[in-house]
Amino acid sequence: MYVAVKGGEAAIRNAHRLLADRRRGDPAVPALHPSQIVEQLALGVDRVMAEGALYDRDLAGLALMQARGDMIEAIFLVRAYRTTLPRFGYSLPVDTGAMQIERRISATFKDLPGGQVLGPTFDYTHRLLEPELAEGGEPPAPERREVAAEASPRVTDLLGHDGLIEPDGNGDGEVTDITRTPMEFPLPRDGRLQALARGDEGFLLALAYSTQRGYARSHPFVGEIRIGEVEIELDVPELPFPAPLGRVRLTECQMVNQFKGSAKAPPQFTRGYGLVFGQSERKAMAMALCDRALRAGEFGEDIVAPAQDEEFVISHSDNVQATGFVEHLKLPHYVDFQAELDLVRRMRAEQQEATDIKEAAE
Amino acid sequence: MNAPTGSIASYNFAYLDEQTKRMIRRAILKAIAIPGYQVPFASREMPMPYGWGTGGVQVTAAIIGPHDVLKVIDQGADDTTNAVSIRAFFQKVANVAVTTRTDEATIIQTRHRIPEQPLKAGQTLVYQVPIPEPLRFLEPRETETRKMHALEEYGLMHVKLYEDIATHGRIATTYAYPVKVEGRYVMDPSPTPKFDNPKMHMSPALQLFGAGREKRIYALPPFTRVESLDFDDHPFTVQTFDKPCALCGAEGVYLDEVILDDRGGHMFVCSDTDHCESRQGDGHRGQQEGTFR
Repeated sequence: MYVAVKGGEAAIRNAHRLLADRRRGDPAVPALHPSQIVEQLALGVDRVMAEGALYDRDLAGLALMQARGDMIEAIFLVRAYRTTLPRFGYSLPVDTGAMQIERRISATFKDLPGGQVLGPTFDYTHRLLEPELAEGGEPPAPERREVAAEASPRVTDLLGHDGLIEPDGNGDGEVTDITRTPMEFPLPRDGRLQALARGDEGFLLALAYSTQRGYARSHPFVGEIRIGEVEIELDVPELPFPAPLGRVRLTECQMVNQFKGSAKAPPQFTRGYGLVFGQSERKAMAMALCDRALRAGEFGEDIVAPAQDEEFVISHSDNVQATGFVEHLKLPHYVDFQAELDLVRRMRAEQQEATDIKEAAE
Repeated sequence: MNAPTGSIASYNFAYLDEQTKRMIRRAILKAIAIPGYQVPFASREMPMPYGWGTGGVQVTAAIIGPHDVLKVIDQGADDTTNAVSIRAFFQKVANVAVTTRTDEATIIQTRHRIPEQPLKAGQTLVYQVPIPEPLRFLEPRETETRKMHALEEYGLMHVKLYEDIATHGRIATTYAYPVKVEGRYVMDPSPTPKFDNPKMHMSPALQLFGAGREKRIYALPPFTRVESLDFDDHPFTVQTFDKPCALCGAEGVYLDEVILDDRGGHMFVCSDTDHCESRQGDGHRGQQEGTFR
């Protein structure tokens, strides 16, 4: 006897209760507070802010907790909240040249104004597990610089001074907003950079890697990576000066790529740019490589590799979209499948009939 | 317009802010003005995943008012989990009346089916669309397909259908079967079985299609000509079922196959649960009567 499946509402309710229970885990282990995630899993929080496209550490920490540590789920939670927030304007372009620097390295010059500052990096740690961490205890206080160091102008500005690298625009004019206007290809570069800035770290990393392995090679040098805080300012018509709104931590990567020139224009290096909320060099560097690869058309380069294909890269870089569509396959498709099943059965029956007739004739 | 005070007071009526609704309504109006044309719109992130009906939900949220009566179906059924979830969402954020009865609803949001009962003037059918571009699997690039639509260059689609015939002896597309709207745009009817295609033709109801992830809205205003693509010697036909519904005895409706055991036992029941229940309420019985619920 067949009884149609009913009670979807009760099933959903029960699933949510079980989920809440599993999220909490063993009640004998103390519960986390989102502030612990914000403070101690800060790079995870940074990724949620970057790909969630909302700079709010507390919300990102809460989202990570609610998502049981699932990055994309947490990013999704933040995005779905972000979209309900009213817009009251666009900030002025941030001046990363005036950044309060915590880390700044250049791979192109041994020394430069402002110096090389390693900052809080995993780079030269030996990847040995530290069981002491599980035992608690506080690390020694960090060393501090005595005085604010000299200014750290951007390496690209130093190169630009001599005209050795292509200019970078002046930040004037209307800015594209991919969250408010439907994306249409080809995109202007600012729209592309916005999409890359919220793009999936893993996807961009793989594409960036592919450019290094010969799929659209661009001969990149890390002109500079800088991490630190910058001031956000808003132009308010009633005020004679831009209103400061607060500070955000950013990671910026300026990639210096192979020079271009022609009979008319002297050769210059070209740029690939990466800018990410929080601290994420991997993402900023991958973004810079992808940005440069996507500029192939602009420089008259042959478009031969996936990383150069704007529609391919940008259409598939958003992990909230990607995970939604891949995972929707688990929704019911009874009706479509029935249609296919019917067709396959009919075609099989016809073939069998044809075989039977042929055999009978022989 | 604000939500009634209560648990969700911080969200606007029907979740979306009024500016967003206005933007979506503009896209809908444009879509109605050019039947079958895909209008780009600035789709928002919704509190459910992309690919799970965010386009349909945005269209519904933009057109729903406090006096509407909403029905949500998935695979023709009101009780499938995602339909339950979307219905509950609108009950929560818009506090509207909901129904499972096709004839009572003013707005019906659907995934993969058109109700069996013919729709009437004044009703709106909102389709959830995964891939709005009928040419996508022939040409993945938006920049190319846009040109093909503009130039009405649909030869590729006919070649595809012809290749089906050459390989399989018939057109092997069983759902998301392409249609031509008012003799101009080739349109994806969303992944409904081709069984439902004729219901779109000259329907007195307004039909709206929302694709959230792909950021497109398109529409069929009431009484629009909708023709399924075919050839003179291979005319379009819909699926037929050998047996009537096992529960209500309905014929000429779309059926779901249900597997009963591991020895090949199966039965066919109406995919449209409201239609099936109404018929049973009227005393119709199939071969396996009285076992529903």
